[in-house]
Amino acid sequence: MQRYFSPEKETASREQVIEWQNKGLVDAVKRVWDNVPYYRAKMEEKGVTPDDIKGIEDLHKLPFLTKDDLREAYPYGLMARPLEDCVRIQSTSGTTGRRVVAFYTMNDIHLWEECCARALVAAGATKEDVVHVSYGYGLFTGGPGLNGGSHMLGSLTLPMSSGNTDRQIQFMTDLKSTVLCCTPSYAAYLAESIHERGLRDKIHLKAGIFGAEAWTEEMRHDIEQALGIKAYDIYGLTEISGPGVSFECEAQTGMHINEDFFIAEVINPKTGEVLPDGEKGELVFTSFAKEAFPLIRYRTKDICILSREKCSCGRTFVKMTKPLGRSDDMLIVKGVNVFPSQIETVLLNHGYAANYQIIVDRQKNSDTIEVRVEMTPEMFSDELSKVTAKEKELVSGLKSMLGIYANVKLVAPKSITRSEGKAVRVIDKRNLYKG
Amino acid sequence: MILMIPDTVIQNPAYEVKGNDMTTKQISVFLENKPGTLAEFCKVLQKNNIDMRALCVADAMDFGIARVIVDDVYETVTVLKDEGYICQITKVLTVEMKDEPGALSDILAILGDKGINLEYTYAFLTRQRDKAYLVIKVADNKAAANLLEAHGVKVICQDELEKIFGD
Ligand SMILES: [Zn+2]
Repeated sequence: MQRYFSPEKETASREQVIEWQNKGLVDAVKRVWDNVPYYRAKMEEKGVTPDDIKGIEDLHKLPFLTKDDLREAYPYGLMARPLEDCVRIQSTSGTTGRRVVAFYTMNDIHLWEECCARALVAAGATKEDVVHVSYGYGLFTGGPGLNGGSHMLGSLTLPMSSGNTDRQIQFMTDLKSTVLCCTPSYAAYLAESIHERGLRDKIHLKAGIFGAEAWTEEMRHDIEQALGIKAYDIYGLTEISGPGVSFECEAQTGMHINEDFFIAEVINPKTGEVLPDGEKGELVFTSFAKEAFPLIRYRTKDICILSREKCSCGRTFVKMTKPLGRSDDMLIVKGVNVFPSQIETVLLNHGYAANYQIIVDRQKNSDTIEVRVEMTPEMFSDELSKVTAKEKELVSGLKSMLGIYANVKLVAPKSITRSEGKAVRVIDKRNLYKG
Repeated sequence: MILMIPDTVIQNPAYEVKGNDMTTKQISVFLENKPGTLAEFCKVLQKNNIDMRALCVADAMDFGIARVIVDDVYETVTVLKDEGYICQITKVLTVEMKDEPGALSDILAILGDKGINLEYTYAFLTRQRDKAYLVIKVADNKAAANLLEAHGVKVICQDELEKIFGD
């Protein structure tokens, strides 16, 4: 069975990958300098010219790009090729403010589809498979990306798009879909619907590629059990290309980043300093191989960890964890980075609902962190010692997740401040930015 | 009226022997540790015409647990849940105690001699002036009840308790 879609790339030596990245970066910086006045101005502001960039060791000299830059330069301001060379536009799903649009030449489309083809092969797909794509089609990159990857692989592609569950299940049974591509929540919903209809024996799925939203290991386990498949994660963003920027392999312990197209860095989100592999920080991409819309040092706001440990699948590309949080809600307490999502994970792991609030304060020049947790029936007992024991378990769970001591305070149900229906997760009383 | 009480609120169903259940039902309620929560809790009961026959509050650093004995356990639980309280029904032992010196230590000695550990205990009075009642929480209700009865201590079941309150 085919193990890699692009074996000479996916299993290349580290030296080879660095050589590609050095060459690609130097070239991309030149192209951007010549064709993207917006980024050139940023470089000039930092006093950097293309001559300063000899390879990836010089990457840190270059200015960052953020989503705000993309909005400011909307719609054409970051294009490195004339419109007539472009064949496609994709756009990010509705966030507030201006949408972000990305442009693709034919080569850019092929690059993206190759990423998706690699993800499919890593999930065990071959040209004999029937790939059932239930991601949305349109401006959203999910549907078009996996659809293109499946074509490139030569699999029979079902462009189902999302919704209409009955039709999804009918095609799945009648046309014997073997690989399902959709969001993890839709996969869970489909699994439930299949069981409700008593059709578990009529489906032929063997694998699923689920991305575009956060999911947990428990969800993976549930979906795998319910559908009798292996479930793989996939990561991507429209700004960089779309799904397939990184993808999971058979090891299911992180997503390989397609390093022949993208350079990944992890930075301290507050200082911008580049962090060594293995440290947690904000993921930054340089899409040096893109023609129409190459982005240099684009900050994803996703917090993750990169690992260069040897992978059992044989791929040499660096692996990233699934996003562990967003840099926008990061707190620094006692010098340690704390993400609300980490606290959520601890609560969920202990079997409690994630109704919490983090209160950070400073007493006698030392930071304090208190996690208020709404009492649940699962945590309650008539015996004080049993409740305090559960409280202590949470404290030690938080300690091992965060690396610092956080006080836990159990509060009454529904007592946590809600603002327009949404719970206020963080209250920082330190006034760090008031001078 | 049929009140729906989820099974999960009834602790230790293993100790329930049909027709021979020696336990009484206590309601345990989570109280946040901030000023006024106990007063507010009492007000909720009052507003709904619920008489507290006994109340005992245990305090940890940041929260408390109120344990109450009432006439109608299920109605009270429904009221409390509607008001957003976390509560549960706990099976405890209630024993009759002569209102005289030494009565309490006698009972505790019977349990202590057999190594039965008390999770908590509290007493309450009724209109019958010469009698006091002791609520006892132990791990094994049945074993403790049998032991106490064997020593001539009267263990009150839920039906009897309701009759006492009715008098
Ligand atoms: Zn791998």
